[in-house]
Amino acid sequence: MNLSRRARTALRVAAAAVLAAVYLPLLLVLVQSFNADRTLGWPVSGLTLHWWSDAWHSDGARSALWTSVKAGLGATALALVLGTMAAFAAQRHRFFGREALSFALVLPIALPGIVTGVALNTAFRTVLQPLGVGLGLFTVVVGHATFCVVVVYNNVAARLRRTAASLEEAAMDLGADTFRTFRDVTFPMVRSALAAGALLAFALSFDEIVVTTFTAGAGVQTLPVWIFSNMSRPNQAPVVDVVAAVLVVASVVPVYLAQRLSADSASGGRL
Amino acid sequence: MTALAAFLHRHPRLRLAGLLSAPTAWLVVAYLGSLAALFLSAFWTTDPFTSDVVRIWSLDNLRAVVTTDVFRTVALRSIGVAVAVTVIDVLLALPVAFYMAKVARPRHRRLLVVAVLTPLWASYLVKVYAWRAILAEGGPLDWVLRPLGLGSPGFGLPAVVAVLAYLWLPYMILPIHAGLEQLPDKLLEASADLGAGAGRTFRSVVLPMVLPSVAAGSVFTFSLSLGDYIAVQIVGGRTQLIGNLVYANITLDLPLAAALGTVPVVVILLYLLAVRRSGALRSL
Repeated sequence: MNLSRRARTALRVAAAAVLAAVYLPLLLVLVQSFNADRTLGWPVSGLTLHWWSDAWHSDGARSALWTSVKAGLGATALALVLGTMAAFAAQRHRFFGREALSFALVLPIALPGIVTGVALNTAFRTVLQPLGVGLGLFTVVVGHATFCVVVVYNNVAARLRRTAASLEEAAMDLGADTFRTFRDVTFPMVRSALAAGALLAFALSFDEIVVTTFTAGAGVQTLPVWIFSNMSRPNQAPVVDVVAAVLVVASVVPVYLAQRLSADSASGGRL
Repeated sequence: MTALAAFLHRHPRLRLAGLLSAPTAWLVVAYLGSLAALFLSAFWTTDPFTSDVVRIWSLDNLRAVVTTDVFRTVALRSIGVAVAVTVIDVLLALPVAFYMAKVARPRHRRLLVVAVLTPLWASYLVKVYAWRAILAEGGPLDWVLRPLGLGSPGFGLPAVVAVLAYLWLPYMILPIHAGLEQLPDKLLEASADLGAGAGRTFRSVVLPMVLPSVAAGSVFTFSLSLGDYIAVQIVGGRTQLIGNLVYANITLDLPLAAALGTVPVVVILLYLLAVRRSGALRSL
């Protein structure tokens, strides 16, 4: 592209400045977890590993992490099944209301989490509680699945749009039945899209706080809820700092995996 | 098993029904059903003594949302914040995305995409928490600005706008970048050959082509900002957005909270439908 040298430099500087602004707060989280001084004073006066060992022994953080993992796995499993079915229906069939379905699937991530949360909370209390099912981990899984379905749907639908149905038809012409075709032709084609969708669904669930607040029963604390309720407690703040630092470092893992899966879009279908 | 497969093959409608049943049941019963129930409760009232919901039909709550000054101010403020965040993100994202797609060396491009993408996977709460530390009195921002005779703006409405713009920026950069990648370099060269300067090329060639991507990104920046209340609680000082009002009323007056909740939902639905008409969602 023919851009003047000055324009190129200006663009480079702008991009570098924005990226620096994006990463500085994350870097600060890492530094803060080693900060020996607890008064939020700046610059940092000394470094220590003390908080990291505190965090390692924090029962609250550990059990919250475990709860988050369980909720994430549950929501991901549910989203995989429902999102894949919806994607196959919308991409391999023509029917009335197809557009409406894909629009309705987007709503759970577009509408405010607090509205979804309150709506589910009211519904759970009026429908499930009389049946003896109280708010707990199960309701968190259901709540998270509402917005996880769409990311699995997006990934699988994008893959199906890109792969022609003629391959499946060829398999059937060669005598494979519906199930055999799915197992030997369709599934291998969508496998990595499923993995990318699952990864993103898990990440969304793992990071969710608003819907969790309204669907979790007493004693069910996911990691974000634990952070939120402990960040204003002075004696817990160092541990929260360490957990925050761990989460920043851990965000590299899904990025790496998503790149390995070479998802259909750069964002892994998040958009 | 074979018989079932053959049967399904001969009846595609049945296959479709099987595929659709579970997702639609889920969507309609679990999600849309509870949403509808919530908005229905906006028409009910609350017993002032017990805070219990009384199922007496009334328009009082919706009327209160429209006519009460506080609610109106907060609703307009929330929409203003969402618009401001979207505009800031567009202005920041355009040069970055353009650099990533057209100026950077090809072997650096993928790395840049990963660099923009990574913060999206870092925890929302951790990022807001980091900003609380940055903006705090005596924090890093104060430390940097003090030699210049300035100080941190502290917690308040500007902090809310800045933090929300920070949080949702990648959602704007990535679609614009994807749109620019599909824009052939030849078009830019043709424009230059025809005598257009960089500014004219941007206005007449680049901007019309990336507008759908901007619209797609704005769905995220706009709707995520409009519904947020956690970041507002953490860095907003005494600032209230519509989400905070909903949150504050849930336990004492659920019908009022539901009525307040209709404001962002209606605004976002209108926004989504407008963007959908422009065809931007299809490019995602």
